[in-house]
Amino acid sequence: MLSQDSLAKIDREIAKYPEGQKRSAVMAALRIAQEEKGWLAPETIEFVAGYLEIPPVAAYEVASFYNMYDLEPVGKHKITVCTNLPCALSGGVHAAEYLKEKLGIDFGETTPDGLFTLKEGECMGACGDAPVMLVNNHHMCSWMTKEKIDQLIEQLRAK
Amino acid sequence: MLELEIDGKPVQVDDGSTVMDAAKKLGIYIPHFCYHKKLSIAANCRMCLVQVEKAPKPLPACATPATNGMKVYTHSPAAVKAQKGVMEFLLINHPLDCPICDQGGECQLQDLAVGYGQSASRYDEEKRVVHEKDLGPLVQTFMTRCINCTRCVRFLDEIGGYQEMGQAFRGERAEIMPFLGRTIDSELSGNIIDLCPVGALTSKPFLYRARTWELTRRRSVSPHDGFGSNLIVQSRHDVVKRVLPLDTEAINECWLSDRDRFAYPGLEAADRLTTPLVKRDGQWVEVDWATALEVAVNRLKSVIDEEGARQVAFLAHPMATVEELHLLKRLGEALGVGLVDARPDRLDARADAARGAVAWLGMEYADVAALDRLFVIGSALRQDLPLLAHRVRQAAKRGLEVAALDFVADDWRLPVAPRLVAKPSEFVARLAAVVRAAAEAKGVAVPSAAGEAAAPNEAERAIARQLLSGERRAIWLGALALAHPDAAAIESLATELAQISGATLGWLPAGANAVGAQLVGAIGAETALASLAQPRSAYLLLHLEPEDFADEMAAQAAFERARTVVALTSYAGEALRARADVLLPVAPFTETSGTFVNLAGMAQSFTAVVRPKGETRPAWKVLRALGAMLELQGFAQQSSEEVTAEALPSGWQTRLARTGVSGFSAATWPSGEGVERIPLVHPYARDPIVRRSPPLQQTAEARRLRMARLHPDTARALNVAEGDRIGVGMGCVAEAALDAGVPPGAVLLACDETFARAGHPWAVLTVERA
Ligand code: SF4
Ligand code: FES
Ligand code: FES
Repeated sequence: MLSQDSLAKIDREIAKYPEGQKRSAVMAALRIAQEEKGWLAPETIEFVAGYLEIPPVAAYEVASFYNMYDLEPVGKHKITVCTNLPCALSGGVHAAEYLKEKLGIDFGETTPDGLFTLKEGECMGACGDAPVMLVNNHHMCSWMTKEKIDQLIEQLRAK
Repeated sequence: MLELEIDGKPVQVDDGSTVMDAAKKLGIYIPHFCYHKKLSIAANCRMCLVQVEKAPKPLPACATPATNGMKVYTHSPAAVKAQKGVMEFLLINHPLDCPICDQGGECQLQDLAVGYGQSASRYDEEKRVVHEKDLGPLVQTFMTRCINCTRCVRFLDEIGGYQEMGQAFRGERAEIMPFLGRTIDSELSGNIIDLCPVGALTSKPFLYRARTWELTRRRSVSPHDGFGSNLIVQSRHDVVKRVLPLDTEAINECWLSDRDRFAYPGLEAADRLTTPLVKRDGQWVEVDWATALEVAVNRLKSVIDEEGARQVAFLAHPMATVEELHLLKRLGEALGVGLVDARPDRLDARADAARGAVAWLGMEYADVAALDRLFVIGSALRQDLPLLAHRVRQAAKRGLEVAALDFVADDWRLPVAPRLVAKPSEFVARLAAVVRAAAEAKGVAVPSAAGEAAAPNEAERAIARQLLSGERRAIWLGALALAHPDAAAIESLATELAQISGATLGWLPAGANAVGAQLVGAIGAETALASLAQPRSAYLLLHLEPEDFADEMAAQAAFERARTVVALTSYAGEALRARADVLLPVAPFTETSGTFVNLAGMAQSFTAVVRPKGETRPAWKVLRALGAMLELQGFAQQSSEEVTAEALPSGWQTRLARTGVSGFSAATWPSGEGVERIPLVHPYARDPIVRRSPPLQQTAEARRLRMARLHPDTARALNVAEGDRIGVGMGCVAEAALDAGVPPGAVLLACDETFARAGHPWAVLTVERA
């Protein structure tokens, strides 16, 4: 189900916790699985749960709780826009509206060409930089004006 | 000890108690939803907020530790304001569908909303909607009503032993659900219906059947296993509508197994017998009781007169009551019949005969909690005794170490290690090796019973070591071990092991009244099952259908050959109709008074909860009438209590066994090519009532047991893959399932109609792809 490489990574995470506490590695293990598979299909979650010897629903609770886990396939570039209160007060919602219009999709949707997925995010701890966006869970974009959004999309399209 | 004051009343509680505990001690009610005395504290509903002096904010009583000198106000304006605030939040998303909600009238939210809610909501936005989940045939969901208290989640995890439900998503989108596409398969699942404080989880078989206030409620005792759970049976117009647990701390606590809870639809099965039937020229004719009894007596008499009473056998189901079995035994004795027995699942009668004393658990249920070491031999613990397994599970959390020697390593949802699995032919040898290992570890002489045992392997030594450590130890013989053809040899070895280790020996025979059956002597020189090998000329059957025998086909053949079969039964099942001559409608447990003695040696009497259906009569009265018609002495009891007093004379408790038998050795196992059958007693086919309960037959467990389970290696050798149709034994075809818990060279076939044609329960079978 998962590659040897991913399993080795998960083993490293498990080793960080005391014996018999495998379940503590569930967040890391889900992240590693998602990195390999692109998203967390039910079978993937079940596999991770089995690997950690926890009931599948226990892993599903975690996978569904956190925003950065994708329970559905996403496009090549997943853009998450923060709309929590501080961002909302500084243009986060407008930035999201602009993106929706530009990509022609709503939150939780993927463009027909499979390039972009738009997601609504929670506070990213960078409220001072609002509006903020996160690309593929890793790349943080600050002060996202319309121009910068245009630029970002251009860059991502070119990739 | 801590001293505090609640609402001005002083109270003392143990260290570690919460404010909720202290309030309960004072009898002060604090509103709550998520708190439950048997579950861990989640403190997520906030309904129990109280005012505590010097605390700046209201605190949840269920999660606030009591401290010395604390002053708590549960009904002060500040407390009530907090409680009302919580209620307003809880009602924001809760639908206003009480008129069509099954929980109506027994809903904690409804009750508390009366006390703490507003008459109108200030929230006029859209309410959230949560999709239904399919939890299986027993529990119906209305998830929009869920208040996310997580009682159900905690129950399945903590009491059920496996977290089958979870709270997925977050915040306003949080949902209670099983893992995608799964159902709730715990054998204790029905308890989440009782636990759910709202109507989110309700009973599927009871759905829209009645309102709680329309129902009559009576206490009863479960007839489905030897645990003796106490029931509240609810009925309307003399029809049982629902069964709930009666909170009985010493036995079932506030829980009930699904079998006890959902067997009741079987009481209303289409083939319930409601008038006496007599077969005339191959046709069933309805007759009155007097005629039916006369025919029955004449038929039995003519066989006795012509062939002798030894040619007659009186066989009963171990779910028959003490009173019924006592009168059956007395009737048999007075007539001098060859056999009176209530063991349709067992072969080896030697141990019961030699022991004299009565096989029981060897301890009270409460003592299980104090055990340090437990070795279980040949038990399908979860299927046989779901709530005993629960007691072991809770004890295991407190440090009880459980080891097992099994026919199949089924998941007990509790840690079992070390665990040995042996196929039937090797079972005795493996146990002997454990005995030898224990003797060697203890430095005592190896008992002769284990003298020929092979040198123990590491697992066997580990079991012995485990059993020798720890203070309080027990060894239990499960129903499968007792059903084994060499049961007496198994018990002999277990006795030796108990002596070496200082463990208490316990027995887990199948049947609600297996202990009572022994007490009244309804066990013969051979078992009901073994007696089928020499069919008798006449049979009197009590609550017993051919399907109740571990070998249904043999039972049918024996009854077929008999000159007469008189059945005291609640059902006119097909098999009985085909083979009996007289069918006398007798009351199931809900329609008669009676007594069961449970495995912990507690005699529990109960009375009828509904009126007998049609012409149905209590079986004890029918047996009394038969005795009187046969002009026998001792059948003039005026009440069932009188029979009880006769059946269980004071001091009967001293007859409970303190030790097992010794000196029995194993017969040589018939060697032969093939796969050995493991005849699991089907949890949902073990008595006439559960067999007829549609919801139980639809459970995942029942579906699973319709498959023949094989070890993957065995399957490979036979060229069988998962899901293949295979033929087992004589003319029985089933789906194969691969299960590493089954020992190689064996096949697990439950005892029910699917495998009725597989032949002898402990046969060596041919298995091949169909
Ligand atoms: S379904 Fe019932 S028991 Fe389970 S969390 Fe919801 S309200 Fe609580
Ligand atoms: S609110 Fe958007 S980053 Fe904090
Ligand atoms: S009962 Fe205390 S928070 Fe729910």
